[in-house]
Amino acid sequence: MKVSTKIEGDRCIVTVQEDRIDAAVALAFKDAMRRNTSGSGAMVILNLAQVQFIDSSGLGAIVATMKHLAPDRQLVLAGLTAPVERVFTLTRMDSVFQLFATLDDALAVHHA
Amino acid sequence: MGLLPPFEVSLNNQQSDVRGALSALLAGLGPLALDVEEAGTVELVMAEALNNIVEHAYADRRRKEAIHIRCKQLRDGLHLRIVDRGMAMPDGKTPIGMAQNIDVDAIDMPEGGFGWFLIQDLAKDIRYQRVGHTNQLDLRLAVALHAEG
Repeated sequence: MKVSTKIEGDRCIVTVQEDRIDAAVALAFKDAMRRNTSGSGAMVILNLAQVQFIDSSGLGAIVATMKHLAPDRQLVLAGLTAPVERVFTLTRMDSVFQLFATLDDALAVHHA
Repeated sequence: MGLLPPFEVSLNNQQSDVRGALSALLAGLGPLALDVEEAGTVELVMAEALNNIVEHAYADRRRKEAIHIRCKQLRDGLHLRIVDRGMAMPDGKTPIGMAQNIDVDAIDMPEGGFGWFLIQDLAKDIRYQRVGHTNQLDLRLAVALHAEG
């Protein structure tokens, strides 16, 4: 599971550099997220702009990441492509996560 | 064009084989020129069904068995049949796949159980049968609807 990480102040941006988060890589994704957010600030932005497909395992892995970071750190999602956003909408998980169309939108959020 | 002739895709009962099977299935549907959402529906439903078989149907993971997918286009969409030689579904039927309660705190948020919900939300006419030593899962996807055929 290839990801790249960038710190911008108290924001940690993790960009998934694969086109699928599915059952084959769900565990690797969770591990990569834990490693790459270790010691991060309060907001982790998961940039999914390159991801074209997730299944329920991928969704579950993203939820697991959110739970791992909670309650002190928040996980928001950016750059969801249509097929990925659809999985969130169908499962109503779009009401659980903050979704941003682009990474810039996510970075524009000001918080205390 | 007329209806796409039926075709089959086979794979072994291993997680590492699922992606290839999905690609082969979508390639077989190429002549239908499915739009992005239709193709996405096929891929998602079949990924969930195959993941479920690979993860749950085989207690002895070392045994290599084939899973067969048959795809047939009829006027009311794509009819898919998945046959595997794994264990029977508990209680002889598919899980109910109800929507999860997600109105909970983060610590209680479900990480699993979305798979069958997605299958039942997106697919129609889902039917599971135990036939001898095989499981047979039939479903229909209302994509590539055909006006004449």
